[in-house]
Amino acid sequence: MQRHVISVLVENEPGALSRVVGLFSGRGFNIDSLNVAPTLDEKVSHMTITTYGDNIIMEQIMKQLHKIVPVIKVMEFTDQAAVEREMMFVKVQAEGPARGEILRTVEIFRCKVVDVSHNEMTIEATGDYEKLEAILSLLRRFGIKEVARTGSVAMGRSRKGD
Amino acid sequence: MQASGAYILLESLKREGVDTLFGYPGGAVIDIYDELPKHPDIKHVLVRHEQAAVHAADGYARASGKVGACLVTSGPGATNTVTGIAAANADSIPLVVITGQVPTGLIGNDAFQEVDIVGITRPCTKHNFLVKRVEDLAPTIRQAFYLAKSGRPGPVLIDLPKDVQQAVTEFEWPEDVSMRSYNPNYKPHINQLKRVAKAITKSKRPALLCGGGVIMSDASGILTELARKLKIPVACTLMGLGGFPATDPLFLGMVGMHGSYAANMALNHTDLLICVGARFDDRVTGKLSAFAPNAEIAHIDIDPTSIRKNVEVQIPVVGDCRLALEGILEICETKFADQDWAKDREEWLKETTEWKESKPLVYQTGDKIKPQQVVEAVRELTRGDAIIATEVGQHQMWVAQYYSFTKPRTLLTSGGLGAMGYGFPAAIGAQMAYPDKMVIVFAGDGSIQMNIQELATAVANKLPVKAIILNNGHLGMVRQWQELFYNKNYSSTNMEAQPDFVKLAEAYGAEGYRIEKPEDLLPELEKALSTPNPAFIDIRVEREENVYPIVPAGAALDEMLLV
Repeated sequence: MQRHVISVLVENEPGALSRVVGLFSGRGFNIDSLNVAPTLDEKVSHMTITTYGDNIIMEQIMKQLHKIVPVIKVMEFTDQAAVEREMMFVKVQAEGPARGEILRTVEIFRCKVVDVSHNEMTIEATGDYEKLEAILSLLRRFGIKEVARTGSVAMGRSRKGD
Repeated sequence: MQASGAYILLESLKREGVDTLFGYPGGAVIDIYDELPKHPDIKHVLVRHEQAAVHAADGYARASGKVGACLVTSGPGATNTVTGIAAANADSIPLVVITGQVPTGLIGNDAFQEVDIVGITRPCTKHNFLVKRVEDLAPTIRQAFYLAKSGRPGPVLIDLPKDVQQAVTEFEWPEDVSMRSYNPNYKPHINQLKRVAKAITKSKRPALLCGGGVIMSDASGILTELARKLKIPVACTLMGLGGFPATDPLFLGMVGMHGSYAANMALNHTDLLICVGARFDDRVTGKLSAFAPNAEIAHIDIDPTSIRKNVEVQIPVVGDCRLALEGILEICETKFADQDWAKDREEWLKETTEWKESKPLVYQTGDKIKPQQVVEAVRELTRGDAIIATEVGQHQMWVAQYYSFTKPRTLLTSGGLGAMGYGFPAAIGAQMAYPDKMVIVFAGDGSIQMNIQELATAVANKLPVKAIILNNGHLGMVRQWQELFYNKNYSSTNMEAQPDFVKLAEAYGAEGYRIEKPEDLLPELEKALSTPNPAFIDIRVEREENVYPIVPAGAALDEMLLV
């Protein structure tokens, strides 16, 4: 089943998030990640939801989201038409020679070390889903203590002039 | 004008056309009840259980086509409404349910009689509101009614804290209602209508499937006209009964688990299934992979989520059923005016008629009264002109099969949720809407007891509702499944210690009748139905009668057991 990124504009009112989340749990749809934040219009929130499903499930998800009364707009992004980023912190065990290797990995992926102690480093990484997965897989052998991810945010690309 | 929240609520209800309010007082709505006597335009019906208030409002709404309204207190009052709300939601019935709530300052503190009813009912309402400021009350009520009745209708709940009821503000009635996030689409796309029309002209074996949406959108007139002009046979879902006259030669019967042989066979053989306002419930389709295997499917529904939810659809039409059918018929009559519909359908209609005639609905009569016999007797005595409510179970299916509904809004039944306890209060609600009509509820001896206390409501309001209890001493539908599919392991379906329904009715101040012999059925029924008082009619029927045909769960529609 394919991964899909959905962007939802919703009235910023109590319970709106719960209506969206309740739809996914009540109808047995998956939520892989969910990000909610305000927009320029303080009465509107922007949600980015990543989910898995075949075409039939996706069609239902889109229609059901539309049906929620405070939902203003629902868009599904395909890879080419949108930019997508996620941020994460990774706290990784870092002692002895591992410290150098971790720093090299950090550099290659253009991450930042945001906190460090005598035996751990916390790395801030930003990128699309695949990049963050790649970073995690490289850091895994050093011993990952903790991961915190924001979930994806996405935005449609501007139309390019001819 | 400065007014309290309680005043604003009742005045707003009146402006929304509410003339009947089903309710039950309590601490968190006492301010509203304090105000109520000053609003004589609103007739309050005091029920005996909050669940019944919602079912009654639902019955009122189904029978009249208006929005049903009810009022209950916080906490247990609110939680008692949940079954009623879920039943209305499953059948797309327009309701506004008002619940009292603890004062805003106490919300979230586990106060006395506090529940988060907005949270509890979020998945079973079309939408719901918690009103925290009295200034928002009138606009919220306006939105609630607009949401309840527009698009695909449904129940809307308004949770109203006690301090908001008491607070005073300037009352301004918003004439307009608009919500940027909610714009139901009524007008179907013309290209889709053309596609349906074209498919009809090409089809050799078309069939119409009439669902509850036909009744909701007042489309039964145009559906009947279209079917007759284009010679298309019609099957109905449970919710669609009455949407097409059962007495018409084109009527195939009800479809699905307890559908007629003709209706289920027609769906199996049709090459074009035009589904109007139905949502392909599992009780309708049977085994999905074997459903309408030879058909192209056109699906007309106001709710886009209904389309392609369960069944693959080739021609989706999103919009109002009535507008869509009008458009399709117009195209057929103008663009395809030369088509000889009668000739095109001759062979197919011969086939469907053969199915109807070779395997009609049957039952054996004997020394005991058969439940099907009772339904036919009531049909005869009322000439099909009554409003019929049902509870849920075997009797519900027998009513669906044997009453031969000919008019929309004459069958009130909990189709989607299948809520026992629905029928009796729904009948009370319908009788409030139509005081002069005959209103009858068919019940089993099990389901009547789920809201039997409402007999007091009927007596107090002098509502001549007649409850026909098809008494077989069993929870019959479950017993039937146990017999057919669970090795006759009759676990907990024999109803012991049933009350004497005649004495019970009399104890409430209603009338009670008992009928035990087939030869007494017609005369006794006639007597019982003609009393101006509410009555229980306890009819002792064959104890182990089953509903046939039956499509076993998970089987295809053509794998039905006929006897």
